[in-house]
Amino acid sequence: MSAHLPDMILELANVEASYGPVQALRGVTLAVPKGKIVTVLGANGAGKSTILKTISGIIDPSKGQIRFEGGEIQSRDPAWIVRRGISHVPEGREVFPLLTVEENLRMGAYTRSDAEGIAQDIDMVYAYFPILKERFRQEAGLLSGGQQQMLAISRALLSRPALMLMDEPSLGLSPLLTQEIFRIITRINREKGNTILLVEQNANMALEVADYGYVLEVGRIVMEDTCKRLLEKEDVQEFYLGMKAQGVRGQRRWKKKKQWR
Amino acid sequence: MLLAGVAQGCVYALVALGFVLIYKATETVNFAQGDLMMLGGFFALTSSVILGWPYWATILFAVVAMAAVGMLIERLVLRPVLGQPAFTVVMITIGVGYVLRGVVTMIPGWGTETYTLPTPFSEGTFKVGEVIFAVQQLAVIGMTAALVAALYVFFRFSKLGVAMQATSQNQLAAAYMGIPVRRVNMMIWGLSAGVAAFAGILLAPVTFVHSNMGFIGLKAFPAAVVGGFGSVPGAIVGGLIIGLVEAFAGRYMPEGFKDVAAYVVVLVVLMFKPSGIFGETARKKV
Repeated sequence: MSAHLPDMILELANVEASYGPVQALRGVTLAVPKGKIVTVLGANGAGKSTILKTISGIIDPSKGQIRFEGGEIQSRDPAWIVRRGISHVPEGREVFPLLTVEENLRMGAYTRSDAEGIAQDIDMVYAYFPILKERFRQEAGLLSGGQQQMLAISRALLSRPALMLMDEPSLGLSPLLTQEIFRIITRINREKGNTILLVEQNANMALEVADYGYVLEVGRIVMEDTCKRLLEKEDVQEFYLGMKAQGVRGQRRWKKKKQWR
Repeated sequence: MLLAGVAQGCVYALVALGFVLIYKATETVNFAQGDLMMLGGFFALTSSVILGWPYWATILFAVVAMAAVGMLIERLVLRPVLGQPAFTVVMITIGVGYVLRGVVTMIPGWGTETYTLPTPFSEGTFKVGEVIFAVQQLAVIGMTAALVAALYVFFRFSKLGVAMQATSQNQLAAAYMGIPVRRVNMMIWGLSAGVAAFAGILLAPVTFVHSNMGFIGLKAFPAAVVGGFGSVPGAIVGGLIIGLVEAFAGRYMPEGFKDVAAYVVVLVVLMFKPSGIFGETARKKV
């Protein structure tokens, strides 16, 4: 899976970006094939969210290229990027708290003006998330965390994106809800064909639903492989899935170093 | 007297509304709001007295011209300091106010004189039962109600209006939705300045048009605070309360109390309800 294959919808080449005075990305190269789910794993502060924000134009990269469907999109205006077909499900959901559920959805379709298509798509997301239909007149701030996450995903769907960026959809949700959200994410990917770039701390869940994975550490990609193979790697198991290697732990700890360093 | 208070309150409410719109959208207190109103009054004066246009055309002209001025101020003065501390931005709006006041006195035909703005509403009064109504005041109340209703419909049902609400609630998320946040902020400044011009026209028959009429902003500010800064219905209720209290204080209280009444109300309200009548206690969730 290298970057020059023609079916890549998104490619990042040596992207560097800073978050204030901190250099958060130190040359990230990754590729997302069309129609797949790709995940980026990493600890807190590894730069996962920065990758997504750089793609959607909130942060301008200081170096490197971002190509989407063949054209360069780095440093463009966020509104322009949404129109090109990338939508962002932000970390922490970020719904508009005082707008109703339906108004939130309509804002998701801000870049479109086909009233009929928008109405159809609203019905479509109500089919994925029936609870939103029940609450469509309620203020989004009054929804539970899980419902807000559903709303955030639905809202992002309404711009009819070719690529969805999802930032920690499991944040603050119960394991059960997390499972439900991920089930629907996979369904959307299969049925609608949206490509998804998923950033997660819940590595278990992410590796289960994604096709291909990258591991990010302090702003660098340190490992990439299909999720199946990542799941088998000892390092990933120990550092991201919380499984202990066998043996006397206290002694192993300092001997065993991450292999990719 | 009740009516006079309500009418005066309407003007405060409109200026307070201008404060609130800008504050909600950009988290900036625009201390030039009163001076925008003053400038709107002078625009109206120009089209009405100097050009001789009819009253309705005058309103339209002043509102549209001020909307343009508001957008220009945002674009030229405030956008370059985007991201600077709030203090800087507030100082700039105070400066803009001073500049406007100064510029107005330099323009021939405007100057430091006091002018009257002719209105089609007669100075007359009429009686229903025992109550005397002044036509002028009824007109102010009616026009304010119409404007507020129009704004309500705009914010509630138009795509741009909802987008303005969305932007003021969560700028980052608005950007993610493809809403052009900066342009929307510019339009909010325009809207706010347009409302200020409208307030200036309504106020003109009461205080006349002169370069210092913008100081009424100092009374509208308490109105916004009483209502809960950042709440649109609060601004309107707050304006009405301040207007009424002033009218009654002028009648029943010793001389001079009228001018401090507004601030007394602020103190009392803040003592019992620190976030204002309609204020939201910070609802930011992590």
